[in-house]
Amino acid sequence: MHLVLFFIFGGLCVAGALNLLFQRHPINSALSLIVVMSSLAVLYLLLGAEFLAAAQVIVYSGAIMVLFTFVIMLLNAGREERTHGSKAAYAIGIPGAAALFAALTYIFLSNGTHLSSASLGEYLVTTDALSRVLFRDLLLPFEVTSVLILVAVLGAVALARKEN
Amino acid sequence: MVPISYYLVLSAILFSIGVAAFLIKRNIISIFMSIELMLNAVNLSFVAFAHQWHQVSGQIFVFFVMVVAAAEAAVGLAIIIAIFRSRSTLNVDQVDLMKL
Amino acid sequence: MLSVLKVIVVTVILLTAVAYTVLLERKVVGRIQNRWGPSRVGPFGLLQPLVDGIKLFLKEDLMPSGVYKPLYVLAPIIALSCALMSISMVPFGENIHYKGVDLFQISDINIGLLVVLGISSIGVYGIALSGWSSNNKYSLLGALRASAQIVSYELALGLSVIGVVLRSQSFRLRDIVDVQAKHGLLSWNVFGGFQLVAFFIYLMAAFAETNRTPFDLPEAESELTAGYHTEYSSMKFAMFFMAEYGNMITVGCVATLLFLGGWTSPFGNFFPAIGGPVVQALLPVFWFVIKVFFFLFLYIWVRGTLPRFRYDQLMGFGWKFLMPLAIANIIATSLWLAFRAA
Repeated sequence: MHLVLFFIFGGLCVAGALNLLFQRHPINSALSLIVVMSSLAVLYLLLGAEFLAAAQVIVYSGAIMVLFTFVIMLLNAGREERTHGSKAAYAIGIPGAAALFAALTYIFLSNGTHLSSASLGEYLVTTDALSRVLFRDLLLPFEVTSVLILVAVLGAVALARKEN
Repeated sequence: MVPISYYLVLSAILFSIGVAAFLIKRNIISIFMSIELMLNAVNLSFVAFAHQWHQVSGQIFVFFVMVVAAAEAAVGLAIIIAIFRSRSTLNVDQVDLMKL
Repeated sequence: MLSVLKVIVVTVILLTAVAYTVLLERKVVGRIQNRWGPSRVGPFGLLQPLVDGIKLFLKEDLMPSGVYKPLYVLAPIIALSCALMSISMVPFGENIHYKGVDLFQISDINIGLLVVLGISSIGVYGIALSGWSSNNKYSLLGALRASAQIVSYELALGLSVIGVVLRSQSFRLRDIVDVQAKHGLLSWNVFGGFQLVAFFIYLMAAFAETNRTPFDLPEAESELTAGYHTEYSSMKFAMFFMAEYGNMITVGCVATLLFLGGWTSPFGNFFPAIGGPVVQALLPVFWFVIKVFFFLFLYIWVRGTLPRFRYDQLMGFGWKFLMPLAIANIIATSLWLAFRAA
């Protein structure tokens, strides 16, 4: 069951990511990224991270990607054209990414024997346990990120407003 | 039963596709989206390791990555709007001057 | 097998409820405007939804030539499925099991409330993509307004429920209702939990999330003809229509669970229990339906009464009024709970 779910949603992730790579229109790329993120939420659930799965859907698929589609629609971004930069990027990009993938996969698979395996319902981090760590041991980093968000909001307003 | 290494390989696949998209894409919004894809790939490996060692801190990491990604998206998209306003293009090859 | 049957029954009931909410809206708005509303088809116009459905189903399905087809077809499906999905988290009555199947809830999970929020936040893509793929300036403007509005009000919506979650210490919808069950009306979150402000914020934000008057700017008919669904006809239009009313019902259900004590009776244990086990099982469902009906009536009443916001007023209201108020409510609630625990 776990394996089947993993392959369905892992496959959806990879298909979405490849679609992001090959689509030339940003809105199609954005939609395939939403598919990737939502399937990742299901994988988080399989790994027993229920709060993160919900946060993934609410924050990534529901807020960040809405902002992306909003900006794509606002700027009326069309299909991207091929320019002189494209050829060099293809020449470096595809082999580089393939080499990176080969290296990572080799490391993971050769050391995979030291890692255990996951089965459904074996390990679950409840929201309670997560928040205990977050608000007791890591209170300072949490507060610092809130300041970061405040700065980001102010920065976004300052950057996007029209200069008169 | 799914070995944790499968999850790690999936995360490697997603990360590599993100790197390739980052290098190949010419539209600045698409480039930004491939960064988000790479962040997501790394998040998956964090959650997988959290499951491996039964440690909550792996998931806390993902939580912080999400927060930072949200902040980054807000600022990044504001920068993209500012660029489009001054250059009226989204192609990174045409945004190569330091001054307006 | 029984669980599949349960899903089918709930879906059929929900779709019927959607159809009759439309009739209710036409009737009530009619009375508010001093006219009768539909009254010809069947007694009191009760068969009107059926006839409307047949009409929409038989109309020609137009496909404008300029649209981007895949997304144009996908958008209403996203909108409708997101509107129907969140009902699967909602408990309608007491936790009663028959042959191992929970009778009054489709799925009881720990993060039910978060899932409802997540599904409603995905629903905006239906509107955004329909507007973009229609290749029409009114649709695009409607879609832009919808996405900006929903992202803004989602903040207030999410913050407003935190007070409730603080009180029940759980995201599970059954736990949230159980906290409010003791003394009837007095222990509901809206009164006994001192969440009146949160209730107000939730209602405002939910009105904005479902694009209902006075926040119906995405489809403002006097400015944008019909906004995001200008180019849609026949069943595709009907899907948007059903999505809107399905969302209304979901919001009503969630507001009932969070603030009005869900299926619990407003009198608590004041009156002695009457009837056999079947009545005891169905009475909570009756209370639940009454409360949801109240919310649907409120929606329609507001639509018949208030004018539409201007766009800058909408944004100012969300960011400068509702959000600070929601944060103040969280601080006050947590101080109160800490004081009570100490």
